[in-house]
Amino acid sequence: MNILLSPRMRKVSVLLFLAWVCFLFYAGIALFTSGFLLTRLELTNQSSCQEPPGPGPLPWGSHGKPGACWMPSRFSRVVLVLIDALRFDFAQPQRSHVPGEPPVSVPFLGKLGSLQRILESQPYHGRLYRSQVDPPTTTMQRLKALTTGSLPTFIDAGSNFASHAIVEDNLIQQLNSAGRRVVFMGDDTWRDLFPGAFSQAFFFSSFNVRDLHTVDNGILEHLYPTLDGGAWDVLIAHFLGVDHCGHKHGPHHPEMAKKLSQMDQVIQGLIERLENDTLLVVAGDHGMTMNGDHGGDSELEVSAALFLYSPTALFPSVPPEEPEVIPQVSLVPTLALLLGLPIPFGNTGEVMAELFSGGSDSSDPHSSALAQVSALHINAQQVSRFLHTYSAATQDLQVKELHRLQTLFSTASARYQHFLRDPQEAEAALSTLTAEFQQFLRGARALCIESWARFSLVRMAGGAALLAAACLLCLLASQLAVAPGFLFCPLLLIPVAWGLTWTILYAGVAVTTGSKIDSVVLGAVAAAGSLLPFLWKAWVSRGSKRPLAPLLPVPRPVLILLLIRLATFFSDSFVVAEARATPFLLGSLVFFLVAQLHWEGQLLPPKPLTISRLGSSAPTAPPRHGGARALWLGIGLLLFTRLAGLFHRCPEETPACRSSPWLSPLASMVGGRAKNLWYGACVGALVALLVVVRLWLRRYGNLKSPEPPVLFVRWGLPLMVLGTAAYWALASGAEEAPPRLRALVAGASAVLPRAVMGLAALGLLLLLWRPVTVLVKAGAATSRTRTILTPFSGPPTSQADLDYVVPQIYRHMQEEFQGRLARTKAQGPITVAAYQLGSVYSAAMVTALLLLAFPLLLLHVERVSLVFLLLFLQSFLLLHLLAAGTPVATPGPFTVLWQAVSAWVLLATQTFYSTGHQPVFSAIHWHAAFVGFPDGHGSSTWLPALLVGANTFASHLLFAVGCPLLLLWPFLCERQGPKRRLPGSESEARVRPEEEEEQQEPLMEMRLRDAPNHFNAALLQLGLKYLFILGAQILACALAASILRRHLMVWKVFAPKFIFEAVGFIVSSVGLLLGIALVMRVDVAVSSWFKKLVLAQQR
Amino acid sequence: MKDTDIKRLLYTNLLCVFSIFLSIFIPSFFVDNFSVLEAHLTWLCICSASVTTVNLLSYLVVKPNVSSKRSSLSHKVTRALKCCVCFLMSCFLLHIIFVLYGAPLIELVLETFLFAVVLSTFTTVPCLCLLGPNLKAWLRVFSRNGVTSIWENSLQITTVSSFIGAWLGAFPIPLDWERPWQVWPISCTLGATFGYVAGLVISPLWIYWNRKQLTYKNN
Repeated sequence: MNILLSPRMRKVSVLLFLAWVCFLFYAGIALFTSGFLLTRLELTNQSSCQEPPGPGPLPWGSHGKPGACWMPSRFSRVVLVLIDALRFDFAQPQRSHVPGEPPVSVPFLGKLGSLQRILESQPYHGRLYRSQVDPPTTTMQRLKALTTGSLPTFIDAGSNFASHAIVEDNLIQQLNSAGRRVVFMGDDTWRDLFPGAFSQAFFFSSFNVRDLHTVDNGILEHLYPTLDGGAWDVLIAHFLGVDHCGHKHGPHHPEMAKKLSQMDQVIQGLIERLENDTLLVVAGDHGMTMNGDHGGDSELEVSAALFLYSPTALFPSVPPEEPEVIPQVSLVPTLALLLGLPIPFGNTGEVMAELFSGGSDSSDPHSSALAQVSALHINAQQVSRFLHTYSAATQDLQVKELHRLQTLFSTASARYQHFLRDPQEAEAALSTLTAEFQQFLRGARALCIESWARFSLVRMAGGAALLAAACLLCLLASQLAVAPGFLFCPLLLIPVAWGLTWTILYAGVAVTTGSKIDSVVLGAVAAAGSLLPFLWKAWVSRGSKRPLAPLLPVPRPVLILLLIRLATFFSDSFVVAEARATPFLLGSLVFFLVAQLHWEGQLLPPKPLTISRLGSSAPTAPPRHGGARALWLGIGLLLFTRLAGLFHRCPEETPACRSSPWLSPLASMVGGRAKNLWYGACVGALVALLVVVRLWLRRYGNLKSPEPPVLFVRWGLPLMVLGTAAYWALASGAEEAPPRLRALVAGASAVLPRAVMGLAALGLLLLLWRPVTVLVKAGAATSRTRTILTPFSGPPTSQADLDYVVPQIYRHMQEEFQGRLARTKAQGPITVAAYQLGSVYSAAMVTALLLLAFPLLLLHVERVSLVFLLLFLQSFLLLHLLAAGTPVATPGPFTVLWQAVSAWVLLATQTFYSTGHQPVFSAIHWHAAFVGFPDGHGSSTWLPALLVGANTFASHLLFAVGCPLLLLWPFLCERQGPKRRLPGSESEARVRPEEEEEQQEPLMEMRLRDAPNHFNAALLQLGLKYLFILGAQILACALAASILRRHLMVWKVFAPKFIFEAVGFIVSSVGLLLGIALVMRVDVAVSSWFKKLVLAQQR
Repeated sequence: MKDTDIKRLLYTNLLCVFSIFLSIFIPSFFVDNFSVLEAHLTWLCICSASVTTVNLLSYLVVKPNVSSKRSSLSHKVTRALKCCVCFLMSCFLLHIIFVLYGAPLIELVLETFLFAVVLSTFTTVPCLCLLGPNLKAWLRVFSRNGVTSIWENSLQITTVSSFIGAWLGAFPIPLDWERPWQVWPISCTLGATFGYVAGLVISPLWIYWNRKQLTYKNN
């Protein structure tokens, strides 16, 4: 079956196999993501005073009153004391001990005595609640919830990724638009969330988790003076000491007792200073675990304390024995209505109705109950309006449940209107109304929680398992691929059949049960189904004597290095420091490569000792250039890596680090002279890049052919350099242009980048159209009379050195000639000299890479061109170094070593950082969207997304496309490599028959063509190995994110890292497929070229 | 290879280990508030000096490679001078290598250089003692089947383990534990020291363990 496949079919099946493996990874990533990253759409609608949330009269006709919106205000001022991580039991009153039982002495219990005193002495004035927090329990997400009333998820798909500012309607914004003065002191997270929203603010850095006192003491310095000064309507104090104490010492530490006692004094002091129109709210934003961490959804993390107090009586009844449990977001509608503000548009909280009863002094139970119901009604109207708007904007919410809720609301609302017009059986009617509104509000909240705020552990585990299985598949298949008798067809057809079967099965089940078909689950089912036969095979052969493949064929140091790299994904410090750790690992790998070469005795000319041991029959003669070439390659690589490391952007988490100033655009520089120098350096880097590649091409003789891609390389590339340089000149000096030329400059800065990108696209198309850049010399007409292969009669070295070309004859072609000649005896001998056949694949690859690099470079700031130059030099040196250690197995099978693939991936990661990127959203280079589009894009979103994505994942793309070079380069280096000639045979070579002479000629990449099956297998193996390493990285990221989902840094470090790795994986896999497809395209073109040549010769 | 040779190797190596311990404990009698972490640079100098001394002494006493020909005084002096130059060169070379591997270029130059000095004390000084300023011999020792005696074998093991220790010492630096020893280059110097000590202890044992398999050309 295998033999029946035509070469072209085999190529297609290699690509399809790789695409299937990619699909497995994608399905795993998608499944994991859908369980881990919950998304929600941010609506920017605002509630306003003038516009009531629904039809019907507002209670008490409150329109006309000043300071009242949807309801009249009960308090004119609020003091909100936010104690970070104030768990419920920290504030829980301690009942007097049962005699005989020893008193429990836990540092955090019973330290907030002032609350207990209030609850005992003034039961109508204050109340303690256990507030139920929604995960993720991180401070920023909690603050969003506490001001918007919604359920923040990790990705709030809003319009603004770059800053953390809240765009949804929120309490602070409502306060501002009502003209209230908001004074803030404490955690500086608020500054990011509400830029410019406070009339007075004292921010303190929340960065140092080990510092217990700076923030709190800073607040205390300002709290009482501000309070007494009176220039505020809402005063917010956000204390961080308790949270930091938890992170540093854990709750069971005497320090926690001290911290809580300090907080107690603060509350006591505030209570003494409060006036009658002021409400005091003491709230914890989340709890903490036994170890003092938070972020997840365990019981201790999600229970926070909430305490309300006012000097006037608030509540109609004494507090219950056990404090009531309320959702934390209930505070939002309650505060809004108590202050006479509209409820924020996206609020899903339920108002705390008992606060609207008018306190114990209201004698009339009927009016009290009516006030409660009307508050609930407004709240329900607002939530219903939000649900309606949200479900119109997106399909997140379950339709059926939504319908049920809407019906519930409309009936309750109709009954409420009816009751207002015709109040009968007041008590019973009001209590049913209360129950119905509450039922609606709770149902709505449950609906939102269901779709926004739960990790789906099943999906996360399933996704991780799928990723792990795909990695295993890659590992085993990469071993099998080069083994003889590897069957493509069954390996492709069986999974597809299985996958389809399972998909149909799943779809059938889904249709019969009537549930909606989830495309993510569908993809995962298909992937898992197609993996099943493979897993089964692996399981079966596990026990058998002959395992599927040797377990891990990686050399041990490389394996250790890989494991270290994977382990670093589990430490937030290492993820943050990856920009420094990756070059270190890369350097270690380079060192290992050089050391290995030395250890094997290949680095330096062998010493007499080794020679004598190996004997004279040693087949591996020293490399021609000899000496410590590999050593210099390694040192150069280290040097370039270090230089590239000078371009780095600091992550937010390391305040001591200073970003490289070279990553800012030239336009932001002030000094004219320095700017000019830098500009010169950037253009110089561009020119150097071009010159290096052209020199390389010329060295292998690929600049001689009259083919269009070669002409493009000769003329189009300099044009691109010119365009880029002109664009940079305009961009860096746009402000200095004289006013008359402004329009011209603006036009040019739009046209130039587009022209360069168009040229690059043209070049790539040309390359795809005619990828064979081979010069054919000495046509049949002139050489008929000569004997075969006369151009090679001289010593090949001298000719090569003279012309800088590699004259190549393809052996098969000769055989074919001979075969045909045998049939057509009439023809005379033919001479053909084909130049640069030996590097035909890599020449196309390098040209394609350069053509890709130019548009990507254009998307970066000018000075990154130096990094791109370094990138090309680094990969050049690395390829040479790797080639020095890779044996060229002549008839095949060809293999790509693990160290090569690992080094390539490390280099890609290092370049990601040195081009000024960081795996956090705030570090994305948004300006890339405006390259070539200085006035923005209007309404289209895919083009800017594409530009920004290309900027961010430029290194992933370049290295993935260039991946096949790892396979090609050892053949390319064969010229300098071994087997030139045995010593002493120089004179014999001259007199040898010509056929043998021709065999001496290095075949270089034609060796690959000689064995098309091995070539395909090697490409498949290369792709699988690359995918394995990338897949292992993404698996490590996914595992880290799921295991550490309660970690303090999960939303700041691990989740963004996972997202960047995932997108990087997708970009890389697409690039890999493109690169391999390009090589295959060249291969096909070379075949047809030979065919044409043969036909032409025949004629 | 005789067992007495291995015993001699063990004693010399233990002497080197002992000298490192001495460099940790002796200075506290003379300097107030001496500790390895706080007065790190001082300790580096002392450690380097003591290890060099012990190496030289043990070389002079044990004389592992018996040279057949007597050499003149001037030859000896040139040889010693060459050794010094070699040592200095290796310090500078290591410094450059550290910078290439990510050490700060301008800040903490003294610290980086002293680390280079210590690492070359652990690696270059034994090489110089054993092999002399002969680069070819060095390269031979560090290649497959290149060792010709247990002394060279031990040298190979201690040198490689010192380098590995220094390499491993770089890993705690990015962690946020905020320990005093995480500062560059303390963790690396400590790692190199541990690696050196481990190499010194392990190499005689390893040679003893594998004495049946080990065959040296010259023996």
